[in-house]
Amino acid sequence: MSISAMFFYALSAAVLVSAVLSVTSRNIFRSAIFLLFSLISIAGIYFWMNYEFIAAVQTIVYVGGIVVLIIFSIFLTQQAGVSLPAPMKGRMIYAALASIAGFVLVVMQLLAHPFKVDNSVVASRGIKDIGHGLLETGANGYVLPFELVSILLLAAMIGCIVIALKPNSTTA
Amino acid sequence: MNMFTQAVWIPLLPFLSFLLLGFFGKYLKGTTAGWLATVFLLGAAAISFNIAYEYFFLFGKDANGVYQTIVPLKMTWLQFAGGLSIDMGLLIDPIAVMMLVVVTFISLMVHLYSLGYMKGEERFSTYYAYLGLFTFSMLGLVLSVNLFQIYIFWELVGVSSFLLIGFYFDRASAIAAAKKAFIVTRFADLGFLIGILVLSSAAGTLDFQTLIQRLTDSTGEGLHTATATGFLGVSALTWGLLLIFMGGAGKSAMFPLHIWLPDAMEGPTPVSALIHAATMVVAGVYLVARLFGIFAFSAPGAMEVVAWVGAISSLFAAVIACTQTDIKRVLAYSTMSQIGYMMFALGVSGGSGEAVDGFTAANFHLFTHAMFKALLFLGAGMVIHAVHSNELKDMGGLRKQLPVTHLTFLIACLAIAGVPPFAGFFSKEAILHAAHLTHPAIYWIGIITAALTAFYMFRLYFGIFHGATSSHHGDSHHHGHEGDFFQKLPLILLGVASMTAGFIPFGNFVSFSGRPVELHTDLAFSILPVSLSLVGILIAAWFYRKPSEMPDKVAGFFGSVFTAARQKFYIDEIYLFITRKIIFKLIAAPAAWFDRSIIDGTVNTFGVAAQTGSESISDLQTGKVQSYAAWFVGATLLLIIVFIYFIH
Amino acid sequence: MNEVPLSHFLILSTALFFIGVFGFLSRRNLVTILMSLELILNSVNINFIAFNQYLWPGKMDGLFFTLFIIAIAAAEAAVAIAIILHLYRHYRSIDAEDVDTLRF
Repeated sequence: MSISAMFFYALSAAVLVSAVLSVTSRNIFRSAIFLLFSLISIAGIYFWMNYEFIAAVQTIVYVGGIVVLIIFSIFLTQQAGVSLPAPMKGRMIYAALASIAGFVLVVMQLLAHPFKVDNSVVASRGIKDIGHGLLETGANGYVLPFELVSILLLAAMIGCIVIALKPNSTTA
Repeated sequence: MNMFTQAVWIPLLPFLSFLLLGFFGKYLKGTTAGWLATVFLLGAAAISFNIAYEYFFLFGKDANGVYQTIVPLKMTWLQFAGGLSIDMGLLIDPIAVMMLVVVTFISLMVHLYSLGYMKGEERFSTYYAYLGLFTFSMLGLVLSVNLFQIYIFWELVGVSSFLLIGFYFDRASAIAAAKKAFIVTRFADLGFLIGILVLSSAAGTLDFQTLIQRLTDSTGEGLHTATATGFLGVSALTWGLLLIFMGGAGKSAMFPLHIWLPDAMEGPTPVSALIHAATMVVAGVYLVARLFGIFAFSAPGAMEVVAWVGAISSLFAAVIACTQTDIKRVLAYSTMSQIGYMMFALGVSGGSGEAVDGFTAANFHLFTHAMFKALLFLGAGMVIHAVHSNELKDMGGLRKQLPVTHLTFLIACLAIAGVPPFAGFFSKEAILHAAHLTHPAIYWIGIITAALTAFYMFRLYFGIFHGATSSHHGDSHHHGHEGDFFQKLPLILLGVASMTAGFIPFGNFVSFSGRPVELHTDLAFSILPVSLSLVGILIAAWFYRKPSEMPDKVAGFFGSVFTAARQKFYIDEIYLFITRKIIFKLIAAPAAWFDRSIIDGTVNTFGVAAQTGSESISDLQTGKVQSYAAWFVGATLLLIIVFIYFIH
Repeated sequence: MNEVPLSHFLILSTALFFIGVFGFLSRRNLVTILMSLELILNSVNINFIAFNQYLWPGKMDGLFFTLFIIAIAAAEAAVAIAIILHLYRHYRSIDAEDVDTLRF
């Protein structure tokens, strides 16, 4: 096994372990930090696969945006240091069983499926290509989803403000 | 002949009046609504008389001098596969024209008469709207070009009759009578409808002309199939005609479907004159006359049934009429008896030769009877208004008080009794002559009925206008109270008609073949019926002119027969027994049980199952997101497993 | 890089996905439920990237889908947190068990 492959397995292990810790930790703040580690490890996997742009976006949006947002909301809604109430036992067992069963099922399926791996082409995926692809109007262009997503983000922004706005004391 | 398309206005004018009064009648004050309807009807009557003139005297005959059947208007309403269609149209032939004249004339008289008679009535405009509806339906019936159209108008006539009988709907007896009339005639119409289906499936058409042509053509295929197939040994054609006759018998109050007619007298008296004397009740006769060709040529068996039902009804009703004390009921039974006359006149006539005169005679009698029977009813209305009672015992000595009514009533009585030269004499002679030729037994029944008719009519006449002045109306309060001019005018007009209608050379106009026929007025032949009628009149005079004990003695002599006749031979009780004890108990009750427990039970079980089922699973709706997600994940996994491993 | 087979990526993403599912079903705090959701979305992203890399290396569709998913995830997270804050104001709690008024 080459060094490169070991890197991948190490990153994968980091992703999974921190994810598991994130969903099991009783301290919500720790939970968020483990999520942060998990997401950073995923960004590492993208780096490892030479998808630098995606890795960068992952880091910026998830780590810099979403996780910070989550931590922010934790501060707003929770006293720090107070541990979460224990999950209900029956629900937990059911969730574990369902997850494991689903995992086994999917893995069995994907191991049985013959994927046709294509080694013939080595594509260039520089930032320039991505920019062209995103704004291209031709057959492989993604300009329409790009615009849609921008509208979605705008709508989400306005929606957040409306929802989270403290109700006016006169109207509430 | 396009000039006959104007006939479409004859039914439409009363219909317009119905719509107008039905929608806006409540805004009209006083007798305005009545005048409006009368003007409309005057228009319809004018058109009918014009058509009658044009048809009979100018354009009706073809090159050979035969009255032809004209269809000035016909449009397809419903088209079925196989060339069968339901049309709406107008049909003009001698009997239709004659009926147009009768219906519009009598209806006009009744409209005029009701102006005074119904004055002050709270639902005055409604009354006139109903009259318009009835007149429209009856005229539509007369002008129908096919069996289905006639059926539609037939039912409309039934509805308007129902509405008019139940006009005084605050009286329980009127409601019961209206219901009875509707149910009995509706029951009969069930037979009519089946008969229509039988005939139309045999002939492949509903159109009268085509139907008659196909079912009388002895080489035709329609007649062959209709006579070849049968049920209980009787051919399909005869069954069809008998079922149609059942409908006709229901409307025309033939025995044993007559029970509704006496009760129908609960309606206003002018209505009785219009519907239950002159027009609607002769619809059965008209129907048989319409299909006369098929009856006469292809189903002599059905003809025989028509003849005997008519004969039995006429005698039966005459006997009952002698014992009733309610004057309107007497008139009702008399109507039934006279319609029986018309029926058997149709029934005894054959398809050809002299025997066919019965057809003309029946229509002649229909015509004259409409005049004098309407007159009798309108006169009875006058009497009832003066006395405020229907009972014969409350009347007497009214001839001074009601001179016009007295005179016209007398004319009508003489006419119905068949005394020459009044109208009834001629038509009755023609009928008896026709019966004499082919059915001697029916001829004798007719003779006896004629004598009884004379007796009971003059029993009424003497009971009302002669005899002791009853205490009931002895007070001077009603003195000189005989209605206004517009109430007397119809009486006078109808009286004139009753005197002169007999001199119309009816055979020239209405005959089965369309060629003129000579109706027999043989002096030697007339002696027996006329003298018997005179005997009847004399006996009535002897019994009722002065108070005497003879009626009671005679009643005592007949004993139980008299009582039975007085109780209308217990026909109503028999019907009640059959419906209550047999149909309700043995058919309706089990059916109701089946409906309630099996059908409703099944439906309710589904309902209850759905309810309990949904109640039991409603706990699943917890409102908790995670439990939904848990179900969702579990079910998705399950589906994946099922689809991948079990379904291929 | 090619010595790691495609299936290992897929196993990784599957594992991450079901960890997310487990978290979604078992956690009671709405914020942690949101975190589990992020894990699920990331597992999908890994799948897209892996498929793009191994099966259609000449194209960039998987890459773009990942980009869009990240953008949508950001929007979703923002809206979700707004909702959570609102619920907190209303119920004084962000326990998913307490938020159950939307029922029969």
